[in-house]
Amino acid sequence: MCLGVPGKITEVYEKDGLPMAKVDFGAGVIRETCLAYVPEAQPGDWTVIHVGFALNLLSEQEAQETLALLKEIVDLGEELGPDMDVKQ
Amino acid sequence: MNTFDFTQSFRDADLVRGVMEEIRRTVTRPWVLMEICGGQTHSIVRHGLDQLLPPEIELVHGPGCPVCVTPLEQIDRALAIASRPDVIFTSYGDMLRVPGSNRDLFSIRAQGGDVRVVYSPLDAVKIARENPHKQVVFFAIGFETTAPPNVMAVRQAKALGLKNFSVLVSHVRVPPAIRAILGSPSNRVQGFLLAGHVCSIMGYWEYPPLAEQYRVPMVVTGFEPLDLANGILKVIQLLEAGQVEVANAYSRLVTFEGNRPAQQMISEVFMDCDRAWRGIGVIPQSGWRLRPEYAKFDAEERFDVAEIAPKESPLCIAGQIMQGMKKPHDCPAFGTLCTPEHPLGATMVSSEGACAAYYKYGR
Ligand code: SF4
Repeated sequence: MCLGVPGKITEVYEKDGLPMAKVDFGAGVIRETCLAYVPEAQPGDWTVIHVGFALNLLSEQEAQETLALLKEIVDLGEELGPDMDVKQ
Repeated sequence: MNTFDFTQSFRDADLVRGVMEEIRRTVTRPWVLMEICGGQTHSIVRHGLDQLLPPEIELVHGPGCPVCVTPLEQIDRALAIASRPDVIFTSYGDMLRVPGSNRDLFSIRAQGGDVRVVYSPLDAVKIARENPHKQVVFFAIGFETTAPPNVMAVRQAKALGLKNFSVLVSHVRVPPAIRAILGSPSNRVQGFLLAGHVCSIMGYWEYPPLAEQYRVPMVVTGFEPLDLANGILKVIQLLEAGQVEVANAYSRLVTFEGNRPAQQMISEVFMDCDRAWRGIGVIPQSGWRLRPEYAKFDAEERFDVAEIAPKESPLCIAGQIMQGMKKPHDCPAFGTLCTPEHPLGATMVSSEGACAAYYKYGR
């Protein structure tokens, strides 16, 4: 239930007074999603869906920064290699 | 053109291995970590991260599976309401197999009860509009993550003037559960992976006082293998450095403040209450219930199901598992008397339950 899946907003519209969207999860899976909690969302934005609601937008910049940082840590660790391994 | 893939980028196997290697380089002594969220438990076991970790690090599995902690008396209430001929009972799918004292929602349906699985609480509202001569009840369970959707369904039913829609609320919150675990004399947990999706709504401003009080570092963590590896690395770095801090390893979705309008909407409809957690017991101020202004939409008010005397299987130790004191293997019924086909306890039902994850992935 909490294992939200990222998807990409492809279309926004209104239904019964609520802002709604079509969200594409890839592999042909498209779901209708309520945008009441992210009214600023636009087509092209990525979001994580829980029980039919988008609850936040994903930041690509933050994602790229996390990945870059992890790559750096891993590369550095490999370079320094066993010398840095205090447990041998 | 935007070609960044949020899912695949955080499943990069080489990078996961690299971060695991870094964890190995960083750790110098044994540590017990708890991932609060059942979704993370599932992901850890599914991707075999528990087996890639150095032996010094033990992961224990927290109470963050909404299906697992929904109290037995509330399941029994759901069963009593769902058996009524005038009711269409709607629920998230995972709840159907959860054992009550002597049956489950599936068996009610098999006996002719109108029990329907919905994907979203708004689907339940739709069913209420389409069936004006029936009472439609939605089983509103979950942690903070499902609160905004569940709350919106109540607001929508009110806006539409529906008289035949109500919710059976069983909402729980993470911070009081962490306080209960850390405050227990038998606590073993030294560091927490905080539930990323709960924090995407609530932010993580509630956690620094808890971390300070109990001197336990906490890291907001996502759900993909790389997120989990990153979260574990961060906690281990903090522990090894003797630092108590609440850090964020899921910054693409989580901010310190969280989604303030969603928090606001929740507090307009819900208020804090004491709540029993299945297998664990009552945790003070650990749940949400409807505010009196929304009493018309409260299934507990609408249907008289007061006298409930729940009866748990005497074998089940799920409560101790969810507090990090035991593992599924410590249960004599695990995999023998208790299987996903014949669950004795709720942690064997939901894919987010520790027992179900251990069973499915052969731990
Ligand atoms: S294996 Fe079944 S009976 Fe044992 S703790 Fe898990 S859910 Fe309960």
